[in-house]
Amino acid sequence: MAERGEAVDWPRRIHAVLKEAGIGVVGYVPDAGHKRLIELCHADPGLRTVVLSTEEEGIGLAAGAWLGGARSVLLMQSSGVGNCVNALGTVKECRFPLVLIVTMRGEYGEFNPWQVPMGQATARVLEAMGVVVHKVARPEEVAPAVDAAARLAYGGYSCVAVLVSQAVIGIKSFQEQAAQ
Amino acid sequence: MSASLYRREVVRELLRARGDLLGVAGLGSTAWDCTAAGDSPLTFPLWGAMGLAASIGLGLALAQPRRRVMVVTGDGEMLMGLGSLATIGVQQPANLAIVVIDNERYGETGMQLTHTAHGVDLARIALACRFRAASVVREASELAALRSAIHGGEGPLFAQVKVVDEKLPLVLPPRDGALLRARFRRALLGEAADSA
Repeated sequence: MAERGEAVDWPRRIHAVLKEAGIGVVGYVPDAGHKRLIELCHADPGLRTVVLSTEEEGIGLAAGAWLGGARSVLLMQSSGVGNCVNALGTVKECRFPLVLIVTMRGEYGEFNPWQVPMGQATARVLEAMGVVVHKVARPEEVAPAVDAAARLAYGGYSCVAVLVSQAVIGIKSFQEQAAQ
Repeated sequence: MSASLYRREVVRELLRARGDLLGVAGLGSTAWDCTAAGDSPLTFPLWGAMGLAASIGLGLALAQPRRRVMVVTGDGEMLMGLGSLATIGVQQPANLAIVVIDNERYGETGMQLTHTAHGVDLARIALACRFRAASVVREASELAALRSAIHGGEGPLFAQVKVVDEKLPLVLPPRDGALLRARFRRALLGEAADSA
């Protein structure tokens, strides 16, 4: 698919990075910011794409997949990070590798006040649980950060989260989100 | 209806001649039950992550579609992860069985009643989540068929086994999580575990 003008098709680039990194399982709770990547993953027969009822399940899914020899990534919104906190303790204790790709809310130009507390705490909550945080604020930085996260996670047996800024996602109103 | 099955006997029977069955044991009593039946590197016992046993089983079943996977967990642990039954229902892993050892109590914290003591029917929830088979097991005579289904039947399979609410001696697996993770992968994947 041709990229429009100067826009970077960062979801497609993430998908390519996931293939390169040997990812076999993708767990997600949908977020508008992940819409295109989720569609790309579902369309790829080489990925087992698993819709979760809550983000915490994804931590279990990823741990189980790794026990069975498969690499995975989890896609979620920043609010979902709060649903994972206790499970991240297990990731740390067992030294499970884990890659989280988190699209931010409550951060850059947020329009919903209910998103702000968790969005503002996301990085600190992750760091408190021993997760390495890579923040990206420009479209062209996203895929390289996911690549680095996968290398650190699976080469360095670490838990790594890529936080994709709302500045990249660019949704500024309820109306825009509903029109996705 | 008071239960007549004893949890350690149930788990021992389900794990008898386990072959290459892969196991996940929910935290607390079910982990001790699995260890009492014989500590194995191919059982991953949880010491935390309450509510995630079924999700871990799902990840394992998807990664190892040719191996049978059995999750043995408690009613309280399962209640904390009910959404994972819906997630498993979407994925339909044919090699996955979830066995809930249901004493209707939170056994590690003072034997408080769980929801199942008040009639909440986990097997019917599993059926509604599109498990291929789900039943409440109350009799010793049903265990052979359950064991056979776990080891060879078409899943996803769910069983809620009603057991006596007894307090038993602890039989503890190793508790170092990194050790448990590493020994499981070594036993399953061999040397490839270290280079993957």
